[in-house]
Parts: sequence; C-alpha cells; structure tokens
Amino acid sequence: MPVLEISNVSKHFGAIHALNDVSFSLEPGEVIGLMGDNGAGKSTLVKIIAGNFRPTHGSLKMDGRELVMHKPVEAREHGIEIVHQHLALCDNLTAAANVFLGRELRKGFGPLRVLDYGAMYKRAGELFKELKSETRPRDLVKQMSGGQRQAVAIARTRLSDAKIVLMDEPTAAISVRQVAEVLNLIRHLRDQGIAVVLISHRMPDVFTVCDRVVVLRRGRKVADRPIALSSPEEVTGLITGAIEQVA
Amino acid sequence: MATTIDDHIGQRQHSVLSWLTSRQTFWVLIAVILACVFLSFATDSFATSNNLFNVTRNFTFVAVIALGMTVVIITGGIDLSVGSVLCLCSMILAVTMHAGYSIEVGIAASLGTALIVGAVNGVLIAYVGMPPFVVTLGMLSIARSLAMVASNNTVVYQFGPDHDKLLALGGGHFFFGIANPVIYMVVLALITAFVLRWTRFGRHVYAIGGNENAAVLTGVPVKQIKVAVYMISSLSAGIAGVIETGWLGAVTTNLGTGMELQVIAATVIGGANLAGGVGTAFGAIVGAALIEIIRNSLGLLGINAFWQGAFIGSFIIVAVLFDRIKNLRQPS
Repeated sequence: MPVLEISNVSKHFGAIHALNDVSFSLEPGEVIGLMGDNGAGKSTLVKIIAGNFRPTHGSLKMDGRELVMHKPVEAREHGIEIVHQHLALCDNLTAAANVFLGRELRKGFGPLRVLDYGAMYKRAGELFKELKSETRPRDLVKQMSGGQRQAVAIARTRLSDAKIVLMDEPTAAISVRQVAEVLNLIRHLRDQGIAVVLISHRMPDVFTVCDRVVVLRRGRKVADRPIALSSPEEVTGLITGAIEQVA
Repeated sequence: MATTIDDHIGQRQHSVLSWLTSRQTFWVLIAVILACVFLSFATDSFATSNNLFNVTRNFTFVAVIALGMTVVIITGGIDLSVGSVLCLCSMILAVTMHAGYSIEVGIAASLGTALIVGAVNGVLIAYVGMPPFVVTLGMLSIARSLAMVASNNTVVYQFGPDHDKLLALGGGHFFFGIANPVIYMVVLALITAFVLRWTRFGRHVYAIGGNENAAVLTGVPVKQIKVAVYMISSLSAGIAGVIETGWLGAVTTNLGTGMELQVIAATVIGGANLAGGVGTAFGAIVGAALIEIIRNSLGLLGINAFWQGAFIGSFIIVAVLFDRIKNLRQPS
C-alpha cells in the first residue's frame, strides 16, 4: 500500500492555477525526484504535503486514510517531516539545540521542568552516528560546513517516527564533496523504509539517488517514470516543454 | 571508521579556558575588577563602605531593566520605552499610595500597569507586525505623557499610610548592610539566568533571535513568546520603578529620562548583540556595573563630569569593536 497517495490535486490562487489535477503515489522506502522549472508548481505541491496549503480540489491519503491538515504542525504529527531549502537552522545554537528545536527534552515534574541537556546531546550524537556524519552535538551550527548543516536538518526528521521526508533543494549551494554526503544521507533514510521526496534542480543528484522521477510543468504532471527508463535528456526536454508528455 | 566517528562526535571542541576568553562578558568583568583595584589604590574614597554601598545601589536600577532588555534584545528586538515605563510605574505607585491605599495595592497597580504596557508593545510587534523600534518609540512618548496626566505633572513625595514601608523597601538594607536594591537585582538576575538557560521558553527566545523563520517552521510559538518578552521588559522597568521610588522618596515626571540608552548600553557592553541571538543575564549586570564604575571613578579622580558621556560612549564602541574582531578571526 502506498504511504502517500495524492489524487487529482489542484490548487488555485484566484485566477492562477498553480496545480492542475496532479496525482501520484509514494511507496515506503521509495525516493522520488520531483523536478520542474521555476513556477512549475513544485513548491505549491510541497506546501500541500507539508500542511501549509489545503488543495482546492482533490485529496491526500496516508496509509489509505484521508489526510486533511490545517497547519504545518499537523504534518509532523502524521509523520511527514520537511527539510527546508534554507534548512531552518539557528546559527547561534548548538547542533543538538537545533535538532530538538520546538521539541526540547525536559526533565523534572510539573511546572519545574528544565531542559535535559544531557539527554539531548546523547540522542543527537546517536542520530549523527546513525547518519554517519562527523557532527558534534555541542558545536554551534555557525561553525559548520554545508554537509554538517544538512545532517543537522536531516537528524531533526529522525526524532519522530517519520514516514515521509520532503527535502527541498538540499544540494543547492554546497560543495561537491558535501553533495555526496547528502546523497548518502538520503540513501540512509531510504534504507530505514522512509519515503523521500527530493525536490531538486540538479539532474545528476536525481539520477544518482532516486527510484522514480516526477516532472511538473505549468502545474501539470507531465512525467512519472522509473529512473531506469528515463534519461537526463528526456527529463530536460520534459521540464522545458520540448517533450510534451510521456506516459 | 566507526570508532573515528564515535571519537569525533564525542569530542568537545573547547576547553573551559578558551570558552571563557572568547566571551565578551569575561573581558568586561576583568575590566570591572581592574578598575576597582586601580581605584582602591588611586583614591582614598573608593574602597570605603559608604562609596561601595552607593556604587552597588546606583547601578541596580539600570541593571534590573537591563535584565529585561537583554531578553528582548536576544529575540532581535529593542524596547525604547523602558525609561518612560519606569516613570509611569513609579507615578502610578506614588499616586495610588498617596490616595491612601496600602503598599500592596500600590505595587500591584504599578506592576499591573507595566504588564499592560508590555502587552500592548508585544501585540503590536508580534501580531500586527510593526517594527519594535517604532512601537516602543511611540510608547516612550505615551507612557511619559500618561505619567504627567496621572500626577498632573507634580512631584509626589507623600505616600500615605505605608510611606515608611515603601522607603524601607527601596532605601533600606535588611541583610548584612547590603542595600536592598542589590538583593532584588541579584534575585532577579538569578531568575533571568535560570529561565534563559534551563527552560524551553529561554531556548525559544534564543532561537527567535538566531533565525525567526526557522523558529516558526519548527513549531515554536513565536508570537506568544514575543509578547511575553516585551511584557518581561516592561515588568523589569516597573520593578525598577518601584524600588527607585522607595529609594528616592519622591517621584517627578522626568524620572528615568534617557534611561533606555543607559540600559541598552549596559546590555551591549555586557555582550548582547543587537542583531539578536546572543546575550546573558550575567552580562547585563556586568555591563551595568562597568558603566556605574566609570561614572563613579571619574568623580573620584576629579575629572570633569562632562567627560562621562565620552567615556561611556567609547566603551560601547570598544565593546562592539571587540565583537567584530572576534568574528574576523573565525570567518564562517
């Protein structure tokens, strides 16, 4: 059974049709590359899955059940985690503080509950180890490399029992070596049975790590193909409109 | 390979000493101590119990408000209204007690006023989305004007049946000859430090200052917290107002004029960053102490009081310069 099923979703902003009748499904442990030019509707689709927007038409199903969300916090409660394009990290805080931001661990009773630094450092350290990232929980994010920052943002998604992780342009603006690191992190999530939606402009990343590619153009889905049956040339053609549509 | 990652993740990057020397507050504290040592030798009058009593008490009013201001500045905001709020709260206390109410009622009315003013600031900033600078600048004007309205712009120096209690509260010393305001300041500083370091609220205050957008995206209740920090700042001004009223024994409508600048100076010298995300309660106290010691020492050394502004201003600039140099050494 697909973990997430998007059926005939449209989103209209007044006269602008940002998304038109888009359907696709996501299996556990599957990595999907979501591609398209600027304005193709990627962000709108992501925001619908993330609970920021509600679709004008169509529906979302999670594990076969109807999914209606009113705000982003609900997406998290349903096991949908988002790694934002700008990572949503606080430079002035430690890696552990960022991992637990908004979900801090506390100890004590009733009103006298204080932050549990020890437990947060420990858990964050375990997550970084699990992600095979050389990131120290006590270091300030300010001092970290792009790859380490990605690891912090991704470690956040591992706090709860996430089923789906959306990653918005995780490899934009980082060095080549760090891109490899991030792709490894994605494989790692997949190996845990988590479904990953990778939004990216970078063809090589999508073809390295994804099982399937979904292409949007002007709010419509124009391709949904196993990566093995497609090629960068074909996807480029689909994005620009040189190729109208493939089944 | 696995062991090296383990080692790496478990490793601590800083020794205690390198952490300490990277702190602006540490260097300002050194400056305070050196100044005290120097003044003890250079003048006969500095290390007298009378002068120390005065010095410690004088800076508490600025220090108490600097604690509240620090919390606001950590979120990346600013509160320019604190001087006027201090005046308004003093006046409300004075007028209420003058009318024959007890000290408890007076203090409740005074601090209640502070909380309302803070809530108005906070709601306009957090929910309406106005810039803190503008909102609190407006409130600076409004609060002082209300103080004038409340007192009809007169001096209040009779505080009704609880007159003596109020003077003892602000001007006395209940423990070991330490001025009462100093005790209040220490207690408030400990509370502030605890909240900033050990509570979820404190953590979120730093997060908002570091990256407000990230805080929103991770589910931090940013708006509520912003309202709360402006209420804390106003409350600290109200508390300082109550203490100062008891110490002075009279309230005029020009009380606390220009105090916001001294408070902001103390916070910045103590290591808070106006861009947000950085600051400590201890820093606010040390910053306020340094300013008072400069003021006091100029007087004792016989330097013309007109130089005060130049010295304090230089310290503000040096403090921020220090921060710049530190950042240059560790490019991000």
